[in-house]
Amino acid sequence: MFDTLTQRLTAIFDRLRGYGRLTEENIQEALREVRVALLEADVNFRVVKAFIERVRARAVGQDVLQSLTPGQQIVKVVHDELMELLGGSGHRLAMAPHPPTVIMLMGLQGSGKTTSAAKLARHFQRQGQHPLLAAADVYRPAAVEQLKTLGGQLQIPVVGSAGQKPLEICQEALRTAADRGLSPVIVDTAGRLHIDEPMLEELRTLKREVRPHHVLLVADAMTGQDAVTMAERFNSAVGTDAVIMTKLDGDARGGAALSIRQVTGRPIAFVGVGEKPDAFEPFHPDRMASRILGMGDVVSLVEKAQASVDQAKAEELAKKIREESFTLEDFAQQLRQLRSMGPLGELLEMVPFFKGAKGIPAELRGEESELRRYEAIIGSMTPRERLEPQIINGSRRTRIARGSGTSVQDVNRLLKQYAQLKKMMRGLKQLEGRAGTLKGLPFQIPRR
Amino acid sequence: MKFLPALTDCLRQSLERSRNFLSDGLNAVWSLGGVVDEALLEELEELLISADLGADVAREFLELVREEARHGRVSTPEDLRSTLGRFLEEALAGAVAPLALDQRPSVILVLGVNGGGKTTTCGKLAAALKGDGKSVLLAAADTFRAAAIDQLEAWGKRVGVEVIHQAPGSDPAAVVFDAAKAAVARGVDVLIVDTAGRLHTKSNLMEELAKLKRVVGRQLPGAPHESLMVLDATTGQNGLAQAKTFHAGVGLTGLILTKLDGTAKGGIVVRIHRELGLPIKLVGTGERVEDLQPFDPKVFVGGLLPE
Repeated sequence: MFDTLTQRLTAIFDRLRGYGRLTEENIQEALREVRVALLEADVNFRVVKAFIERVRARAVGQDVLQSLTPGQQIVKVVHDELMELLGGSGHRLAMAPHPPTVIMLMGLQGSGKTTSAAKLARHFQRQGQHPLLAAADVYRPAAVEQLKTLGGQLQIPVVGSAGQKPLEICQEALRTAADRGLSPVIVDTAGRLHIDEPMLEELRTLKREVRPHHVLLVADAMTGQDAVTMAERFNSAVGTDAVIMTKLDGDARGGAALSIRQVTGRPIAFVGVGEKPDAFEPFHPDRMASRILGMGDVVSLVEKAQASVDQAKAEELAKKIREESFTLEDFAQQLRQLRSMGPLGELLEMVPFFKGAKGIPAELRGEESELRRYEAIIGSMTPRERLEPQIINGSRRTRIARGSGTSVQDVNRLLKQYAQLKKMMRGLKQLEGRAGTLKGLPFQIPRR
Repeated sequence: MKFLPALTDCLRQSLERSRNFLSDGLNAVWSLGGVVDEALLEELEELLISADLGADVAREFLELVREEARHGRVSTPEDLRSTLGRFLEEALAGAVAPLALDQRPSVILVLGVNGGGKTTTCGKLAAALKGDGKSVLLAAADTFRAAAIDQLEAWGKRVGVEVIHQAPGSDPAAVVFDAAKAAVARGVDVLIVDTAGRLHTKSNLMEELAKLKRVVGRQLPGAPHESLMVLDATTGQNGLAQAKTFHAGVGLTGLILTKLDGTAKGGIVVRIHRELGLPIKLVGTGERVEDLQPFDPKVFVGGLLPE
C-alpha cells in the first residue's frame, strides 16, 4: 500500500549519488520523510518532534556523511533511537515474595482487556504456574461469561459473577487463591474512559484494597494521536506499571507504543498478536522499531520459527538442501512444521522480501486449510512418487487427486510449488556460501 | 433520518471536550505573533495531526491557508477559524446519508475490527429503530468471540428485541441464513446482523464476511442494504487501511464512528471519506441506549472548532 520508509529514503539518496557528500539540507529532506513516516505510524506529534531533533543531532555527525549508503545509515540511526526510546526488552513481571501475585488490567473499552487477561493467564500457565482469573467487569453485558468461557477452554479457574461488586470479586479471588495455592491472580476490569471520574475512582479503590503488584494498561496498537492523553490520564489517575499492546497482528504500525512509552515512562511488557490464547509474546523493542519504520520483522520470524522447529529435523533438512535431495516427503514435513507455527500468511508477511512490489505469491497465501490439502495430496502419493515426483504423469495425477479428495489442478499446483521451492533452495545454498548464515527463513540452516 | 432528533445536546456535550482542544489551540497559535509564517503553519499542522486527520490532510489545509494569506484573507484568529471550518465541512461534503430502510426487511450488516463496539452499536441501533416504530430482529453472527452471543442477547433483552442465534462456534453463515428466514417469516422491518470482529489483514476472515453477504443476498435479493464498518474514534491512520480493505472485500455503504465521548477526535473519518467517499451514517457517544446519533458534519466540525 505505501512504500516503506527505507525505500523512500533510498530514493532520496539515490538522487544524490555522485555528489560525494551530503549537506545538512539532504538530511533535512530525509528527516522530513522520517517525520511523515512516524506520523503515519500514529506516533504522537510531540513525541515525533522531540525525536526528530534528537536524530538530527546524531545524523549531522560524521558517520552519516561518510557512509556509503547514507539512506540506510539514517534508517539505522532512527531505528537505534527508536529502540532506545522503546526501552529494554523482555520486561518480566516479578512475582511477589508471598503469593499470590496480583496483576490488575485496565484500559479503554474494546482495547482487549478480557482477551489479554486470558492470554496472560495462559502465559503463566505455560511457565508452570497456577493462575486464577478474576472477572471484575460487571458492567459490560456478558463480560464475565466471556472470561469464564476463555478460562474454561484453558482450564484456568475464574472467579466472579455479574451480580457481585468488583471489589467483592477481587476479595473472593484473593481468598480462593490463598486457599488453593493459586498465583498469579489476574484481575480483568471493565473498560472505561480515561475521563470518567467515577469509574477511575473505582480503579483506585480496587488498587487500594486489593493491592495489585502490577497494574497493566492495555492499549490497542491501532490507537491514534489520542494514545498520549489516554495513557497519561490512566497513569496519573491510577498509576501504570507496564503496558500490554494488543492487536499487533494487524497492519497498524503501532506508533502508539512509542507515544505511550514516552508519556508513562513505563515498559511495554507484552504484545497481543492474534485471537488464540497463545498469540501473546514478550515485547521486543527492536521489532517494534522496525515495524514503526515499516521494515520487515525478520528477527521475530526467525525466533518464532526456532521455537517450533525441531533442531535435529532442521539439520537434516539443511543437509538435504545442500545435497539438493529435498523430496516431497520433506515438503510434507515442512508443511506440518509451518502449520504448527501459525497461519502461513502471518509468518510470511514478516519477511521483507515479500513486502516488496510483488507481495506474497497467491499460492503461498493460502491459510491452514490449504496446507492441510497439500498434506493430503502428498499423503495420497506412493513412496516412489514422493521421492521421484518427475514420474507423476497424467493418470497418476488423477489417482492422487481422487485419493486426496482434491482436483488435478490442486495436484498440479502443489507440484509446481514444490518445483519452485526446490529452485529457491538452490538459490539459498548459494546465498549461504556467500553470507555464512541464512536469515529470514522459516527454519534455520545450521552450519556444517 | 428521523429516528432520533439530530444535534441533540448529548452529542454536543460529548464534543465539548474535543472542542476545547482546537479552540485553545487556535488561540494559542494566533498568540504566536499574528502573522502567517512558517512557525504558525507548523503549529496549525500539528493541531490537525493531533486530531488524527493525518499528515496529508494537514498539508493540504496549510496550502489553503498559505493561499488565503497571500490574498490577505487571513488576518485574525476568526479568519483562521472559519477557513478551517470551511475546509473541514467541504472535506465532509456528502458524508451524510440516511440509513437505507426502504425494503422490508432491510438488512444491516455491522462489521469491523475487534473491539470497535459492534455489539454495543447493534444493541443501540436496535433500540433506536424500535423507538422509531420499526420492528427489529437481531442476528448474533459473532459465533467466535467467547460470550458474544450472550452479550447481544443481553442487549436484546434490554431493548426488547428478539435475537436469532445458534450455539457458540457454529457457522455464522447458518445464523444469517436462519435470521433472514425469520425476518421474512415475522415480517420485521429491519434485520441487524452483528458479525465477529476481525482484523482486515486476515484474508480468510474477510472471505467469511463476503460469504455472509452472499448468503443473505441469496435469501433476500438486494440485501444487505447496509454494510456498515464500525470505527473506534481513537483509531489513528490505520483506520484508512481498515476501511479500504473492508470496502474492497465486502463493499461498504458507510461508517459508524463510535466512542466519540472520549478525548479522541475521530479525525481519520475525514481522510476516509475523502479517499473512499463513504458516508458516516451514525455516531456513538456513550454506553447508554440513547447514545447513538445520526452523523452531522456541522456538529462534528463545530465540535472541533471554537464557538
